[in-house]
Amino acid sequence: MGAATMTASTPARSRSAARVGINSRAVVMAVYLIFLLLPIYWLLNMSLKTNTEILSTFSLWPQSPTLANYATILTDPSWYMGYVNSLIYVVMNTVISITVALPAAYAFSRYTFLGDKHLFFWLLTNRMAPPAVFALPFFQLYSSVGLFDTHIAVALAHCLFNVPLAVWILEGFMRGVPKEIDETAYIDGYSFGRFFVKIFMPLIASGIGVAAFFCFMFSWVELLLSRTLTSVNAKPIAATMTRTVSASGMDWGVLAAAGVLTIIPGALVIYFVRNYIAKGFALGRV
Amino acid sequence: MEKTVNHKAWFLVLPVLVLVAFSAVIPLMTVVNYSVQDTFGNNQFFWAGVEWFDEMLHSKRLWDALGRQLIFSAVILAIEIPLGIFIALNMPKRGFWASFCLILMALPLLIPWNVVGTIWQIFARVDIGLLGATLHALGISYNYTQDAVAAWATVIVMDVWHWTSLVALLAYAGLQSIPDAYYQAAKIDQASRWSVFRYIELPKMQGVLMIAILLRFMDSFMIYTEPFVVTGGGPGNSTTFLSIDLVKMALGQFDLGPAAAFSIMYFLVILLISWVFYTVMTNLDKRQGF
Repeated sequence: MGAATMTASTPARSRSAARVGINSRAVVMAVYLIFLLLPIYWLLNMSLKTNTEILSTFSLWPQSPTLANYATILTDPSWYMGYVNSLIYVVMNTVISITVALPAAYAFSRYTFLGDKHLFFWLLTNRMAPPAVFALPFFQLYSSVGLFDTHIAVALAHCLFNVPLAVWILEGFMRGVPKEIDETAYIDGYSFGRFFVKIFMPLIASGIGVAAFFCFMFSWVELLLSRTLTSVNAKPIAATMTRTVSASGMDWGVLAAAGVLTIIPGALVIYFVRNYIAKGFALGRV
Repeated sequence: MEKTVNHKAWFLVLPVLVLVAFSAVIPLMTVVNYSVQDTFGNNQFFWAGVEWFDEMLHSKRLWDALGRQLIFSAVILAIEIPLGIFIALNMPKRGFWASFCLILMALPLLIPWNVVGTIWQIFARVDIGLLGATLHALGISYNYTQDAVAAWATVIVMDVWHWTSLVALLAYAGLQSIPDAYYQAAKIDQASRWSVFRYIELPKMQGVLMIAILLRFMDSFMIYTEPFVVTGGGPGNSTTFLSIDLVKMALGQFDLGPAAAFSIMYFLVILLISWVFYTVMTNLDKRQGF
């Protein structure tokens, strides 16, 4: 789809008449956004149908819209607790990642110290580590320390890729803050802790916002580790969704409804940080 | 910016070090441990040396998976990077429509990966999915559970759907940092649209584009959940990428030794390629004085 629009609109753009330019831009964006939204719309469509309607008739919109699928999920604790579990460990992970990444990013952005470059790359390598490599050792490690099937286990496991990312993003933002600000604050008698919390953190607020957004995002979407490390008490929604495969075949309606519900937290987060994202993306390096 | 030499800065890095050591070094050592030992059950291990590495290096299964993986990552980068730049160039610069596009584009990024798989599984089915049914109605034979080509096409389109926005958002951020004066100067010089792109926009996007390429390479190289949900690695082994193969081996068949040797080599390949990217990237940074 993308290739077709590219060839169709490039000649129009190069003619560079302003109005044609704007229109072709709008067309490109419209086509792309439709491409993005169509599968999501189809999921929504499915979630509002009963399973019999899905399998018997093919229609572009629900013939008899029903909320029965959502009712199934929201009234059954084994379903909705999945959402609660996911949100608990995602928030824990975001808080832990940002808290430990802030001082480290400050150190990398301000000081040269023994082995700093190697350390920075070593941190990044953990972002490159395939979760599949770590699934089994994690399972054994957390079982042996008695953390298996707890929220904190998943939160800590996700730190593997979120902490390096947070350090990387925050370091980019902190480098943009002039060093004179630190020095002036120290001359004014601020201690390191007070300066960091009162002056420095507000300055890089949008950076913290962007880093938190990415931590939330990568922890929320990850399945392999969170599924491996949990069985009942901390089972994430993503793993619960595999339940819809039963002996009587797939319950497509409930599966679709569960999918739609997993999109909502992400959509809310995007809505709240939308200004940070535009600004943050531009200011920092990520 | 000039940095001061201060070895006490290690204390600031310490929390990260402890945390990552717990969640990365200990598991990694477990893997190394398994890779050089053999077991007959009962937790009794025997030294096996490089036996597993040798076996894996001569395993056709591993090389096939690696080949599929490399093709997949190359195709993904070849489509997503140009398309992402193209989308970024067409995005509204500011105002309501800019945030409107940003929000909608970020949406696929925040959908859990298995749900992305589910969405496409439903969307591409011939009986109940819009895409599958449309293609079927057009008379194109398409069945991603039986036809390897269709399975590949589905997985690639899915990844493009899922991740192009990330590239576009990064490129967009790079474009936003270009001062208006640059464009005005180009206009005075009567520069063509192509030369504005080639000599102003592309160099300014270089930094973020390297990040985009690095992120997309790493993530596509470790892709697991989405193809696993849609195709389960099939039909046959045609979409069994490295991670899918590894999980099959480690958690499915519990072949700890070979799986551990596989893990280490897998990790080293990613590390090597990423190190090349990283070195190129930091050199670019230095030259541009970021």
